[in-house]
Amino acid sequence: MHELSIALGIVEAAQEEAERHHGRVSAVHLRVGALSGVAPEALLSSYEIACADTPLEGSRLVIEEVPVVVYCPTCDGPRTLSSVQWFCCSECGTPTPDVRQGKELELVALEIEQ
Amino acid sequence: MSREPRLVEVRRNILKQNDVVARELRDRFGRAGVFVVSMVSSPGAGKTALLERTLALLHPRHRVAALVGDLATENDAARLARSGAPVRQITTGTTCHLEAAMIRTGLEGWAPDQLDFLFIENVGNLVCPASYDLGENLRFVLMSVTEGEDKPLKYPTIFNSADVAVITKVDLAEAVEFDWEAATRNIQAVRPGMEIVRLSSKTGAGLPQYVASLEARLAELRGAAV
Repeated sequence: MHELSIALGIVEAAQEEAERHHGRVSAVHLRVGALSGVAPEALLSSYEIACADTPLEGSRLVIEEVPVVVYCPTCDGPRTLSSVQWFCCSECGTPTPDVRQGKELELVALEIEQ
Repeated sequence: MSREPRLVEVRRNILKQNDVVARELRDRFGRAGVFVVSMVSSPGAGKTALLERTLALLHPRHRVAALVGDLATENDAARLARSGAPVRQITTGTTCHLEAAMIRTGLEGWAPDQLDFLFIENVGNLVCPASYDLGENLRFVLMSVTEGEDKPLKYPTIFNSADVAVITKVDLAEAVEFDWEAATRNIQAVRPGMEIVRLSSKTGAGLPQYVASLEARLAELRGAAV
């Protein structure tokens, strides 16, 4: 369970960004890749704890789950994985370890009230 | 009077701090010419036993050192120090994984350019260490035959983050009716092309090949640096 330390990092980063925009943060938008090693549900509950007694208290965490995209050498293009237990092209079945997307753990936007 | 909240776009990697330190470490290791291997596994898969054998086998011929992570106790460091190689314990307290900054602190006072190999034993955990780059050259994920063949499917993220799968305790494979074919298939499913090493720290089976491959990788690194 490292989601709490991740959540603390999110709160810290969001606060820094919010200070630059002079307002109160009502929501934090995050992209979480299926290979990021972070469980969205655990992150949501950790976020509430991490926000306590900070200017972000009461804000929402909005998580966009990002699927894994691999590069298929046979089709010569990106393919979305249907399962992280099976790294192969969803079209032709070629196994591929070449991950192009899905490791993200990224703060993408803030909703700010003036 | 309240207005609609304004949506402000920001792009910020939450683990950037760790990634920055990991990159610094990787550069430093590269300049020093030291080959760095990290080990991850569930608790009890045999990381410390393998490290004990690894240090004992490499120590006479190479300059080796190890950093070992645990939530508490210095037991592993004491056990590993018997090899004669410098070993330091990183006690993480309540943190369930190692982070790059802990490696940087753990290295204080050591000169990486005086080393050939540095081993990093992560906290026994197949979940959290997956998110943290430690600046290593190679990440081993260990699974023991007693844990079952489906470990890779249960923890695909950590297997995918690793470079080599090490199947340990192979001396017990028959007793637990370990299905080699299924294990291989499951590893290849979550990381196609992944190298698989089979060994027993107890009997020594597979250790000569394993040590030879580490030495070959060091030679390759040194060759590439020249």
